[in-house]
Amino acid sequence: MNRTVRIWLFAIGALAIGTCLVIAFVGMPSFGSTFHPYRDMAIRAAVHHATANAVGSVNFDQRSLDTLGEEIILLASVVGVAALLRPAGDERESGPSPHARVLEPTRLLGYVMLPLVLVIGADVVTHGHVTPGGGFQGGVVVASGVHLLYVAGSYRALERLRPIPLFEAGEALGAAAFACIGIVGVVSASAFLLNTIGQGSFGGLFSAGTIPLLNGAVGLEVASGIIVLIAKFLDQAILLGGRGP
Amino acid sequence: MTVVVALALTLVLLAGAAVVLTHEPSRQAITLSVFGLALSVLFLVLQAPDVALSQLAVGTVVVPLVVMLTVSKVRGGR
Repeated sequence: MNRTVRIWLFAIGALAIGTCLVIAFVGMPSFGSTFHPYRDMAIRAAVHHATANAVGSVNFDQRSLDTLGEEIILLASVVGVAALLRPAGDERESGPSPHARVLEPTRLLGYVMLPLVLVIGADVVTHGHVTPGGGFQGGVVVASGVHLLYVAGSYRALERLRPIPLFEAGEALGAAAFACIGIVGVVSASAFLLNTIGQGSFGGLFSAGTIPLLNGAVGLEVASGIIVLIAKFLDQAILLGGRGP
Repeated sequence: MTVVVALALTLVLLAGAAVVLTHEPSRQAITLSVFGLALSVLFLVLQAPDVALSQLAVGTVVVPLVVMLTVSKVRGGR
């Protein structure tokens, strides 16, 4: 295929996609309009299952299979990063530099924020079905909060706080728990990931059936996954600082 | 409401331009973090708090951190 043919092929494709996009954009409802058919249907379904956070209902009830797919994508990504960032044969552990200087106010702020951020993260996970948030957001907050210990204390302290094998197991356990809750739906009712258990009262901590359980599983998986991910990057940047001999 | 949306969009535009105009990768991690913050403000203004939270956690903290660690590694230590 020579250059002219390639350009013609591109031009035909670009024209077709461009035309479709223009037609689609012209037919779109205007920005900020009140016409939201999917919102109305999603909110009706969320209220039917006593879920105050309609977004949580879409993620973990109405389209929970998509969320399972996303969890598996995250799991695969972390496994891929861990495989790529394992220490190569010519890299040696030099240990963190003992002269790393941290400003005292930074250190104080780190120690004050560490417990606060962990509690906020746990709160975002456990109330994902009532208020904005959920397993993913809370999990990332917990995972990033743990690293305040590195900012405030030292790398060795961080290593003691988060034993990596434990979090590798936590990640796998979270993903497995999500699938197991899905299988409960098959056994007790008719479909995978069906929200069947007691729905509770609207807006309560124990409401929305399986959604808080799925949030917990996702929170465990995401927090563990991000901690393992950042640990692999930290090991590369700090312990294996040089490019080896 | 329209004014607030316009302000948030302008903020995103300015922060995005700052990321593009920053050439040093380690400084770019910081402007990227500010850009993430501007995006999460926009999502909050557009009444999507769930997305704003995700954006805040991932775009403002985790991604810049990973970029900085990678830059530090590629340069061979600190």
